[in-house]
Amino acid sequence: MKQEIYSHTTSQSALVRVAEISARYRNRPDKLMDVILAVQKVVPSMAEDVAAVIAREMGLMQNEVYSFITFYGLLSVKEKGKYIIRMCNNAPCHVRGARAVMDAISDTLKIGVGETTQDRRFTVELCPCLGICDVSPAIMINDKTYGNLTYDSTQALIKRYIREDV
Amino acid sequence: MANVKLTIDSIAVEVPEGTTILQAAKSLNINIPTLCYHEDQKVKANCRICVVEVNGQKLLQTACSFPVADGMTVVTNSPRVIRARRNTLELILAHHPLDCLTCQKNNSCELQNIAKELNMSKPVRYEVASRNLPIDSSSPSIVHDPNKCIVCGRCLEVCNEVQTVGVLAKEGRSFDVVVNPPYGKVFADTACVNCGQCMQVCPVGALTIHDDTTDIYMAQEAGKTLAVQVAPSVRTTIAEALGEEPGTVSTGRLVTALKRLGFHYVFDTDFSADLTIMEEGNELLHRLNTGGVLPMITSCCPAWVKFCETFYPQYVKHLSSAKSPQQMFGAVIKTFFAERNQIDPQSLFSVSVMPCTAKKYECKRYEMNDSGYQDVDVALTVQELAWMIRTAGIDFKTLPETPFDSPFGLGSGAGEIFAATGGVMEAALRTVYEVVTGQTLESLDFHAVRGVEGLKEAEVNLAGTIVKVAVVHTLSQARAIMERVAAGTADYHFIEVMACPGGCIGGAGNPIRSWKKVLRRTASVYDVDRKLPVRKSHENKEVRVLYQDYLGAPLSEKSEHLLHTKYINRQDILRL
Ligand code: SF4
Ligand code: SF4
Ligand code: SF4
Ligand code: FES
Ligand code: FES
Repeated sequence: MKQEIYSHTTSQSALVRVAEISARYRNRPDKLMDVILAVQKVVPSMAEDVAAVIAREMGLMQNEVYSFITFYGLLSVKEKGKYIIRMCNNAPCHVRGARAVMDAISDTLKIGVGETTQDRRFTVELCPCLGICDVSPAIMINDKTYGNLTYDSTQALIKRYIREDV
Repeated sequence: MANVKLTIDSIAVEVPEGTTILQAAKSLNINIPTLCYHEDQKVKANCRICVVEVNGQKLLQTACSFPVADGMTVVTNSPRVIRARRNTLELILAHHPLDCLTCQKNNSCELQNIAKELNMSKPVRYEVASRNLPIDSSSPSIVHDPNKCIVCGRCLEVCNEVQTVGVLAKEGRSFDVVVNPPYGKVFADTACVNCGQCMQVCPVGALTIHDDTTDIYMAQEAGKTLAVQVAPSVRTTIAEALGEEPGTVSTGRLVTALKRLGFHYVFDTDFSADLTIMEEGNELLHRLNTGGVLPMITSCCPAWVKFCETFYPQYVKHLSSAKSPQQMFGAVIKTFFAERNQIDPQSLFSVSVMPCTAKKYECKRYEMNDSGYQDVDVALTVQELAWMIRTAGIDFKTLPETPFDSPFGLGSGAGEIFAATGGVMEAALRTVYEVVTGQTLESLDFHAVRGVEGLKEAEVNLAGTIVKVAVVHTLSQARAIMERVAAGTADYHFIEVMACPGGCIGGAGNPIRSWKKVLRRTASVYDVDRKLPVRKSHENKEVRVLYQDYLGAPLSEKSEHLLHTKYINRQDILRL
């Protein structure tokens, strides 16, 4: 089971991009975060083959790259959807109706927290306070935030993503 | 360096600047408990068991990392300190399965010791939350139980920095941190070279030896004829494993113990170490004379061989094709010995006792069946043998001495020093020198290749030809020299590589190591060599008989078949 989740392979063309990005910071371990943020835009996940290329090009050990990735909640070694919906999990959002937002997401996508749609386009996760409690309840989809959500507005938002109208 | 005066528990002490509180306390014989601290490693200061009170510091400080200062007052055993240590320990125990009774580290676990020292006689006050992760016994050498890990990071330092293999990684953060091979892999799917050095430094039962003792009992019950070979290092570490002083040599008692355990034939791997020298030495001469691939590199350490196959596969042609002493012996026992004694090789169970966890993997390599069977059935470590001796109720201390069995009971001093880094080189030089020059060596001791420096070099004049040799131990040193081989700047003729720090005498099958212990063991190894009547491999009479009666000559067709092997490319495991 564990093996299955991890053993996803990245396309050759994406790996070439990863190599290009990483090679710019050869022997600069302090730049690992920058590299990973850039790499994240071209690969679906920080899979083993991606970490291997980063390690090789930057002159690091593979296990260092892996440790680094697993340390950060917003990075992932497992394959995720193209759009990662992060639902704020803290009290202010909760009191202001996070439940309805969550329901809208799961009703629309038919998946729960921690799951990925079959077409690999959406992953739903919980996350700590997004720092925009003034517009709570709030969610984040990839690097965009959305606030003041209701059941209906959330559903409309997700549908826009389904249509790639973003 | 200036000295610093301080008091610890009201006792005045003067120590050099830069000393830690822990070291200063040790000089006063004050014992501060430690868990992540290891005397041969960097300071990690992540377990907080060693906390002490320091004047002027509001918070308790970790003694293992805090440097002393002039006028400092340290208290190591106030009620506040003891309460803090106990609380830390309880938090560790709340995340640790308490199954000491069935743990391999029972009685040798550092966590258990600390619980005893801190007089933890009441149940833990916190809710116990075990990780519930699967135990990984996929490796033939190591069993990994991540549930017991206290995340001290010692194994990471060894595997990443000393061996540069990088098998393990700290995964996740905070309460969920665990040390595992990356990407959900099991050990067998990683580049792990089975050296076991991670296990040697693990303070708890998270990394333990893959226990194969049951296989021996089963073979006994099946009525097999048991033949066992004992590696050079074992005679200097088995007594230590059974509670005697490090460096105690116990060859005769060891043979007696093995006989009492039911082994029918007890042989000396020193013998096949001599055989290795005959083959490897002649291979070197052959390469020197025919313009073969140089430098030639030793191949008796399976961890090093696997490392080379994985990280430097294009250079395996530099490895000597000679098998390791363990595997040469295995091949000879199931052929020559079986024929001589009219034993069906199928009913022969061939066991080795080794200082090494990688030997367990080596004997299972698919090439290692030139006798038509798996040449060595089971490789036991010194520690496993010690457990068997204990289990059988044998009082090792008071055993009488017995000599090894013939025809493979004779080993030379050259075979014996295989145990220490530089030993294979020295053994080879003793033989190669005499074969090439036809002269008798005046002094048999090649001091330039002894000692614990990472890289040792020497030049030997062989009848006018200067032969340059190098000796390295630890795989980080091996990597450094391989980079030079790759760059074409390693102008040596012969290189010895051993994966373990200090050579096999520091191997992971031995009782838990520290540099101090390894040095005492090493001194004993050279002592044994000095006292042996025969100190050169080519003068070993039983080796000569084997060549006369069976193999013909070194590098003969039969020798090539039984005593040499080939290597493979394992680079794919790295996914490069
Ligand atoms: S056995 Fe050696 S190579 Fe394998 S994980 Fe341990 S230290 Fe690393
Ligand atoms: S496996 Fe052992 S040595 Fe490694 S971090 Fe865990 S407790 Fe420490
Ligand atoms: S140095 Fe010796 S003990 Fe260590 S892995 Fe190599 S053969 Fe085994
Ligand atoms: S609690 Fe949801 S954004 Fe702060
Ligand atoms: S021994 Fe000092 S913090 Fe672990």
